[in-house]
Amino acid sequence: MSYIKRFDGRKFNEARKMTAEVGVIPNADGSAKFSFGDTIAIAAVYGPKTLHPQHMQNPQTGILRCTYDMLSFSVSERKKPGINRRSQEIGKIIEWALSPTLDLEEFPNTVVDVHVMIIQANASTRCAGINAASMALAQAGVPMKDLVSSISIGKLDKQLVVDVSKEEEDYKEGEGATDMAMSFLSNSDTLVALQLDGKIQPNTLKEAIKLGKEATKEIHALQVKALKDFMEKKQ
Amino acid sequence: MEVTRLTKKRIAEYLLQGKRFDGRTAQEFRDITITLGASNMAEGSATVKLGKTEVIAGVKMNVGTPYPNEEESGTMSVGMELLPLSSNRYEAGPPKFDATEIGRLIDRGLRDSGMIDFKKLCIKVGEKVWMINIDIYSINDDGNLLDAAGIAAIAALRSAKMPKYDETTGRVQFGEWTDNALPLDLSVMPINVTFHKIGDKFLVDPSAIEEDSSDSRMAIGLSEYQGKVMINSIQKSESAEMSINEVEQVLDMAEEAFKNLKIKVEKALKEKK
Repeated sequence: MSYIKRFDGRKFNEARKMTAEVGVIPNADGSAKFSFGDTIAIAAVYGPKTLHPQHMQNPQTGILRCTYDMLSFSVSERKKPGINRRSQEIGKIIEWALSPTLDLEEFPNTVVDVHVMIIQANASTRCAGINAASMALAQAGVPMKDLVSSISIGKLDKQLVVDVSKEEEDYKEGEGATDMAMSFLSNSDTLVALQLDGKIQPNTLKEAIKLGKEATKEIHALQVKALKDFMEKKQ
Repeated sequence: MEVTRLTKKRIAEYLLQGKRFDGRTAQEFRDITITLGASNMAEGSATVKLGKTEVIAGVKMNVGTPYPNEEESGTMSVGMELLPLSSNRYEAGPPKFDATEIGRLIDRGLRDSGMIDFKKLCIKVGEKVWMINIDIYSINDDGNLLDAAGIAAIAALRSAKMPKYDETTGRVQFGEWTDNALPLDLSVMPINVTFHKIGDKFLVDPSAIEEDSSDSRMAIGLSEYQGKVMINSIQKSESAEMSINEVEQVLDMAEEAFKNLKIKVEKALKEKK
């Protein structure tokens, strides 16, 4: 039995209901919230600020430092609070996704800290985190070439789908589930991060990337709208 | 975090005239809002805003073995995480003393108030009991995380549902819930009120800048027992001393503050979103 109808009735190229909000953490220089359905991420940006310890400073440019973690009760079985191996890796993935868009040469010896926290998890948490972090950086006024928009593309048996849910992530039939988290610079054909777990033919992956790029257009529009709404509210 | 001597001096001068930077009186709390259901994966969860301070608390249940000296009682643990996301004063890494202390104070306030009936959390004496995990996270720290975290913990507990438990496998069916609430005495509302001494004056619910100016602190956990206000926990901290006379003053104010705050929390819980 191949995957012909999505568990939650969405179209194959349809993301879950998305929301975006900027300025959710008053202490931060920039902050935002982004959700795909039940998956909710918040991000805060602090910086550019002097980097300690000093030996990590780069006299030629500021650096980006990202952390990712989940609330212990954001998942059905309690996650022990604090960074584990998984969250360490995802922090790095977020850093890699966002670095290409930043230009920190004007801020030598500094760091821009980005903290992503998952409030409620139902798959695609890193993508929601990257989308929130990208808006938070923009609000903080850190020099950026472009916004970064991120989406997960799944392949369930042979069917490609946009924005994988937890139920779909656990799909076991046929070729099973392949999960691809991909992030793009919004205004160019540039991929800034790609992760894949599963099994997929190279040609199908090419298709998946096209599908992902297309799907992030809607995300980008939502990010821009949230930023504009925030600026208008501020005035 | 350090505050300049000038700012601290000004805060103390204002207090002598009964004033604060944000226009509150010394004994006045900021507005409280409580929003339930921060995460639908939690047994219960709540977001509490105290002015600009924001915390999220969540309850997760599990089944485990009881302590040897309390074989008929369930267990509880309370953890506080001071997230780097919530303020530039916190760094990533293992919990520091400030976080540990908040967790412990809330734990003591909840435990000694009798709000939770731990005996009803027993599944099989000496072998299997329910364990309550309460985790609290700071989202935006503008002072007085302790009192805000305490309120969030109560709201999360009161909204929590027991998860389903499979007696044959002895395992919790995570992500599935019964309609049963936790065994709580709803007439008991343990609330923490923290007093700060700046100069010769005391205030409640400090903003971050007031907290940084504090010379001494007294955190008092209170609740009602048979119609009387009871103190369940006290922690006097920071190095500055207090005279016995001052302690007596604080105790008088605590009872008053508890009553006022309880009305605010009850109102916020009723208006919860």
